[in-house]
Amino acid sequence: MAHIPDGVLSNPVLVAGAIVSTVGVAFGLKGLDPVRVPRVAVLSAVLFVASLIHLPAGLASVHLLLGGLAGIVLGWSVFPAMLVALVLQAVLFGFGGLVVLGVNTMDMAVPALLAGLLFRLAWRDGSPRRAAILGGLAGGGGVLLTAVMVACMLGLSGREFETAARLVVVAHVPVMAVEAVFTAAAVSLLARVKPEMLARAS
Amino acid sequence: MSLLGPCRCDAILDGAEPQDGPSLMERLDPRTRVILAVLFALVVVTVDALAALALALGVAVLAAALARLPLGLTLRRLLALEGFMVAVLLLLPFTVEGRVVAEPLGFAASAEGLRQACVIALRANAVAVALLALLGSMDVVRLGRALSRLGAPRRLVHLFLFTIRYIDVLDREYRRLRLAMRARAFRPAAGLHCWRSVGYLFGMLMVRSLERAERIDAAMRCRGFTGQFPSLEDDDIRPPGALDWGLGAVSAVMLALVVGLGV
Repeated sequence: MAHIPDGVLSNPVLVAGAIVSTVGVAFGLKGLDPVRVPRVAVLSAVLFVASLIHLPAGLASVHLLLGGLAGIVLGWSVFPAMLVALVLQAVLFGFGGLVVLGVNTMDMAVPALLAGLLFRLAWRDGSPRRAAILGGLAGGGGVLLTAVMVACMLGLSGREFETAARLVVVAHVPVMAVEAVFTAAAVSLLARVKPEMLARAS
Repeated sequence: MSLLGPCRCDAILDGAEPQDGPSLMERLDPRTRVILAVLFALVVVTVDALAALALALGVAVLAAALARLPLGLTLRRLLALEGFMVAVLLLLPFTVEGRVVAEPLGFAASAEGLRQACVIALRANAVAVALLALLGSMDVVRLGRALSRLGAPRRLVHLFLFTIRYIDVLDREYRRLRLAMRARAFRPAAGLHCWRSVGYLFGMLMVRSLERAERIDAAMRCRGFTGQFPSLEDDDIRPPGALDWGLGAVSAVMLALVVGLGV
């Protein structure tokens, strides 16, 4: 998860993030059929726990973001799912803040949404192998875009954050590799076991 | 490797166990607590003076004491937050231009940068402590209902409540699958095999949780679920009591003081 804490970003960035996320959440909720709420909730729960699971990667351990996977399964509903996961993390663990919720939701949900849209555009034939490759791209690309967005939010908040912003992107390179392999495996499994989970997202 | 780390899932979902009677925080209406948390965060993000922010952190710590937050766990959570910010905070003195106060290893550290690092650290910690005290100590299901009463979209609240439920379901399912993996001698290590295996693990976790969700959904429909969660113990509907008004007034004065110091 992208947990920018409260107090770092400048006000215009906070407002912009809040507006984008409000629109995204409203749109996601509008298209959310009550029957699909449990499915979205499963993904919110997965997103919530994702940052608690640390995987070894070389010398360090990284935690997953799972934006790509969530976007592939959820489509537009990824906005409310991400918001709920972030609220729970902020309230229960103090990760992230309250006023930055909009920006954090946007940083996670926009890449996820794009990854999901591209996945569905490219995955037509229903083969698990192709799903794995596309899933890997979506997973890795999602992390990259999230890191770039976090960096941009920092950079836009003040010139003094530019170095930190570059560090954020560099720090996410190992996460990208792990998440690409992870998402490829998870998506290929879903394609084989429960393909309707990938196909029906609104 | 438990899904929810060192803390037990039940403990998270049930909120803090009251030791001797409900704490002052627990006697407050959940809605009051949500509103206070939002106001506090907004004020803290707006003010800039160090004295005001220090006062705000003090207020947050006071609220934590009122909520009887466990000290060790709270400090550990704050430490995790610090770990995230450490890069930003350490770099600031060197990236903000201004009066040079020190030159470790030839890099000039500015007073303005140090000040800004302090501002950010105070703000982030004040909001985090206040959130944990006001909302984190509450049963999350009550938080969901409070959000609903405060006008949050119904579907969002449903999603929130279902998510809380599935975190627990996922946790149990995860332990079962991890046990099965361990029985087959799986050990986490950096490498494709591990990352792919965890990918399969999560894929399976989602499939199983979802199939369970579908069964539950069907069962709920059989029993006439119409999209509302009726609650037998819903005592939150009362209008705010004297305690809410009283503490609300005290908080308002304190926030006004913070703003007054900061502007």
